[in-house]
Amino acid sequence: MADVAIAAAKSLFIVLLVLQVMGLGVFFERKVSALIQDRIGANRAAILGFAGMGLVNTLVADPVKFLLKEDVVPAGSDRLLHFLAPILSVVPVLVTFAVVPFGDVLELGGRTINLQAASLNVGILYVLAFVSLGVYGVVLAGWASNNRWSLLGGIRGSAQMISYEIAMGLALIGVVMTYDTLDLQGMARAQGALIGGWLPAWGIFYQPIAFLIFMTAGIAESKRIPFDLPESESELVAGYFTEYSGPKHLLFMMSDFVEVVLVAALVTTFFFGGWQVPYLLRDGFHFPWGTTIALPSIAVAVLQVTAFALKLIFFTWLQIVIRWTLPRFRYDQLMRLGWQGLLPLSLANVVVTALVVVLVAGPTA
Amino acid sequence: MTPLAFLVLAVLTVVSAATVVVHKNPVHSACALVVTLFLLSIFFVGLDAELVAVLQVIVYAGAIVVLFLFVIMLLNLQRDVRATGGPGLVTAAAACGVALTVVIATALRRAGAPATPTVPPGFGETAAVARELFTTYLVPFELTSILLLVAIVGAVALAKRQA
Repeated sequence: MADVAIAAAKSLFIVLLVLQVMGLGVFFERKVSALIQDRIGANRAAILGFAGMGLVNTLVADPVKFLLKEDVVPAGSDRLLHFLAPILSVVPVLVTFAVVPFGDVLELGGRTINLQAASLNVGILYVLAFVSLGVYGVVLAGWASNNRWSLLGGIRGSAQMISYEIAMGLALIGVVMTYDTLDLQGMARAQGALIGGWLPAWGIFYQPIAFLIFMTAGIAESKRIPFDLPESESELVAGYFTEYSGPKHLLFMMSDFVEVVLVAALVTTFFFGGWQVPYLLRDGFHFPWGTTIALPSIAVAVLQVTAFALKLIFFTWLQIVIRWTLPRFRYDQLMRLGWQGLLPLSLANVVVTALVVVLVAGPTA
Repeated sequence: MTPLAFLVLAVLTVVSAATVVVHKNPVHSACALVVTLFLLSIFFVGLDAELVAVLQVIVYAGAIVVLFLFVIMLLNLQRDVRATGGPGLVTAAAACGVALTVVIATALRRAGAPATPTVPPGFGETAAVARELFTTYLVPFELTSILLLVAIVGAVALAKRQA
């Protein structure tokens, strides 16, 4: 019973963390775009005549507005799939967070709790499996809407997501070889080591090319500018979700932002130490110059979870800055980048990493 | 996996598999196929074969059926376009199905009650599967990769000829 309660608490924690960061993502989206375009940000929403909180009002008003709007289902659409598509687009993304570790361990009442909702020995493959299921939301939304724009968006989306999944998976092979595990928690723990006694052994120092490939492919998977061809407002109105309104449209927007947070979480876990705070071990800080500060387990856990949340927020912010900085690719450029740029590069990364691993560590049994 | 969970999953799987065959709309059939594959992967998890389960979702549900859907949508197949085969084909398929059921039932009865399953620790984990794959089954594994390479070359050759 206690085990079930702990598992439920961990799942709830990670989902709430993700949704909070997602809210911050929307905040950044509004504010960063305003700053980049040299204008004053969204500050027009007044709740009961009170506009004093500026952007916070907008963040509260937006979802309420979506929930209260009429849910229009176009004539001639496939009603069942039209209803299921937004759900199929948001659920796989949220489920993926089950294997993302948000801290090391928490010693509580004689128990050692692993701060990861689900510890699977196929961790990375689980992530790829659910990321690959996310495409159904887009494809089915495009098809079920009975609208040419939606259909074009859905077809573009499926081609784009399948193309970039390949580069994404191949980039991760280099990371797997470096840390010798598929489990995300094992990977985060391995990044607590030090290179040369002072540099944290984070993935970015071992696998910089894999980081660039993964980040690019990740942004492409989340279908945001510069890879927003499935929705491209200037060509397809809103692409695959043209015919969606009200709460269903809100779900599509939500899955967009949760995907941004997912990419941030995965980049953090694979390349930036996950929950690792440099020099913080389970019993406190051990600085390379010899100073040690002992800390209780609960303080260590709080520091780690905070570090993970801050890294998550940073990479969410970074993706939003990228989104408001770059223009959209043309479709042939998108395909060329995926198949002729990222794919050969990630294959080369796999070969080089394998050679280095064998030369450094020697062939293992 | 408890018998009740198995029963519920089994019924769901058979229903969705039947939907793939019976449904008039090709897009709905493809969706039912995804559901079937996903439910099958849950059976694999119940058998301690997490790796097989995840690979099933990545390869079949995540890639192959997406391409099916892609083609269905691109050709914009309607419900009346779908060829379901004549009564002769349906009869033959039903006969084959019955024959297969009889064969499996006979084989199961001859085999008797299964011994209590004893799996070694780490069974079905990625490391265990990989070790077998790269030692005991190395030659078949490499032969499979040649087969896949041939298929890729064939696909490229066909695409070039079309253009």
